[in-house]
Amino acid sequence: MTTKLLLGDEALAQGALDAGLSGAYAYPGTPSTEITEYIQRSVRAENLDVHCRWSTNEKVALEEAIGMSYAGKRAMVSMKHVGLNVAADPFINAAIAGANGGLLVSVADDPSMHSSQNEQDSRLYTDLALVPCLEPSNQQEAYDAPAYAFDLSEQMNIPVLIRLTTRLAHSRSVVKLGQTRGKNKLAPPRDRNQYILLPTNARGSYLDLIARQPQLLAESEHSPFNRYEDGPDKTRGIIASGIGYNYVQEVYNGACTHPLLKISQYPIPVKQVQRLFAECEEVILFEEGYPYIEAKIRGLLGDRDATIRGRLDGTITRTGELNPDIVARALALPQSDGLTNPSILVPRPPALCPGCPHADTYRALNAAMDRFPQGRVFSDIGCYTLGALPPHEAIDTCIEMGASITMAKGASDAGLAPAVAVIGDSTFTHSGMTGLLDCVAEDAHVTIIILDNLTVAMTGGQESNATNRLAAICSGLGVSKEHIKTIIPLPKHHDENVRIIGEEIAYEGTSVIIAVRECVQTLRRHARKGGAK
Amino acid sequence: MKKDIILAGVGGQGLLSIAAVIGEAALKSGLLIKQAEVHGMAQRGGVVQSHVRLSDKPIYSDLIKAGSADLILATEPLEALRYLTFLKEGGMVVANSVPFKNVDPYPGEEEIRARFETLPHHLLIDAIAIAKEAGSALCANMVVLGAGSPFVGIPDDALCAAIKQVFSGKDKKIIETNLKGFSLGREASLDATGTN
Repeated sequence: MTTKLLLGDEALAQGALDAGLSGAYAYPGTPSTEITEYIQRSVRAENLDVHCRWSTNEKVALEEAIGMSYAGKRAMVSMKHVGLNVAADPFINAAIAGANGGLLVSVADDPSMHSSQNEQDSRLYTDLALVPCLEPSNQQEAYDAPAYAFDLSEQMNIPVLIRLTTRLAHSRSVVKLGQTRGKNKLAPPRDRNQYILLPTNARGSYLDLIARQPQLLAESEHSPFNRYEDGPDKTRGIIASGIGYNYVQEVYNGACTHPLLKISQYPIPVKQVQRLFAECEEVILFEEGYPYIEAKIRGLLGDRDATIRGRLDGTITRTGELNPDIVARALALPQSDGLTNPSILVPRPPALCPGCPHADTYRALNAAMDRFPQGRVFSDIGCYTLGALPPHEAIDTCIEMGASITMAKGASDAGLAPAVAVIGDSTFTHSGMTGLLDCVAEDAHVTIIILDNLTVAMTGGQESNATNRLAAICSGLGVSKEHIKTIIPLPKHHDENVRIIGEEIAYEGTSVIIAVRECVQTLRRHARKGGAK
Repeated sequence: MKKDIILAGVGGQGLLSIAAVIGEAALKSGLLIKQAEVHGMAQRGGVVQSHVRLSDKPIYSDLIKAGSADLILATEPLEALRYLTFLKEGGMVVANSVPFKNVDPYPGEEEIRARFETLPHHLLIDAIAIAKEAGSALCANMVVLGAGSPFVGIPDDALCAAIKQVFSGKDKKIIETNLKGFSLGREASLDATGTN
């Protein structure tokens, strides 16, 4: 038997490969990036010719995966939780169309917002789409999940969501590999209407999706991922989902004295929940993320039900990820506090790397903006969001992928001038291009600085589909040639860069400045590789 | 056998390579392992930490409980102190003594040293100086691992084999420098703890 030491992300990737994956689609995003990176490094994937190039954003990634599923092959799309917002349209509609080849949507949530702007819980999306969800508790289950989920997807003609959270995604453990199976053969759907969601077709498909719900619930009730573990002490029952189960096992050292319901497959196994409530005086829930199961059990009128304890009654903190200490405290188990941290500790926030091109661009932008104290800088998601912190303090906003150009345009529409947008190369192709087209269509007074470091830097230097295409894209979208400027963000060009940025900000139409210099991290990596040759 | 280890440092100091070496060595030694680490935004010059749990029995939680770490192993002195709430009574703290000052104001080195002095079991080593002696300041992380190795619970030859494995894609000279750093760190640790 083969064993491997794998991150949760990697276990999921290996599981998908061994289960006959034909195509992996993804846009990088912490904590999901390592799923696709693992497949890209995999010899098995290369030998089997598994598609694994990065997509331009999560929506197109999911649509490409739907296309592969349409053709009859097994596809998996991976993204971080907020990526599912971008891909929500194909996600919900794919559920109505169904799945031909197995279709998995793997989403890594980030409770505690280690690397994210919110901690939304992807399980809520399964209520919108009416699809089943697997939430592995450990690396072994992350490996086992894809084979099971591909079968479920193909048998039930439905996409399956696999939810990971940061701690499982980024924690390594020993995983036992199972049997491998081949890829599906090309087999497009026989029913040519299946994927045509004209209202007349969609109504029928939607009814069919609803009709399959009882069977999906039955699958959950008998799932190997869900388990009712009886215990002698019925004063309390415990529901633990996903990685929450591990923390409960930890604090009881693997010998929980109370009945314990482990939930790692949804819809929620109702009969098992009913049994727990029938047998126990009170029930406490440990969920990584939102109080999703808890809220459903409480319903609209259950908020004062003293027999239910969890995040909604304050037994457990409402926000943030779980850990064994939070679980032990909620269960009133003895705890050790350890030593006190010294008062001399200072925080050490992340910062742009020494020599980072963004730092030079921000120095030039700040100098140019000195002339326009009433102006604002609308920024975006990436390393350059760190430009909000000292010493740069160069940006005023960061909401979500793409919101720099569009917010700058809206503010400009409102009369705010100058409105400057700052966006990374990959973020621009991810979801900045459409906003730029809106600017061009109205020749809005917006100055857009594209920070082109030739990579997706924040997530570890993945290939950017924007590389060497930016000027052509901007020109193609209709930005006039005189107002597409390229600068090289280096200290020796500072004065020239300040002048160019200042001129374009003063220009009362749409202009784009592309600041091109490679990320210092990928530059170092490339130099090392070059040296080894 | 059961060891809970907190690895602490600053982004770019090679902490995750230490984690990878311990993980590889544990796997080869037939131990079970859980090793949680930080990726993404937090890595950019910020705090990096990893929870490493080794045992011959099943390990449930990926995270270490407060007051239960056997060892804090740090590539930076202030970062070692950030996780004292995890240290169990009688636990060991091994840290590089050379501060990484990318925050202002950074606490006084005397204050940091004074806090270490209050710990019953601790070892501060100048990992940069030892790494240079081994051939390159870049192997300071392996010096720290060497200094912590008597407390990790894995034989040092297994750790050395793991270094070769983890760095197998690199130049021979880089592997040798890292092995040398490990062994000098280990000697310094054995000398210091032997004479204490």
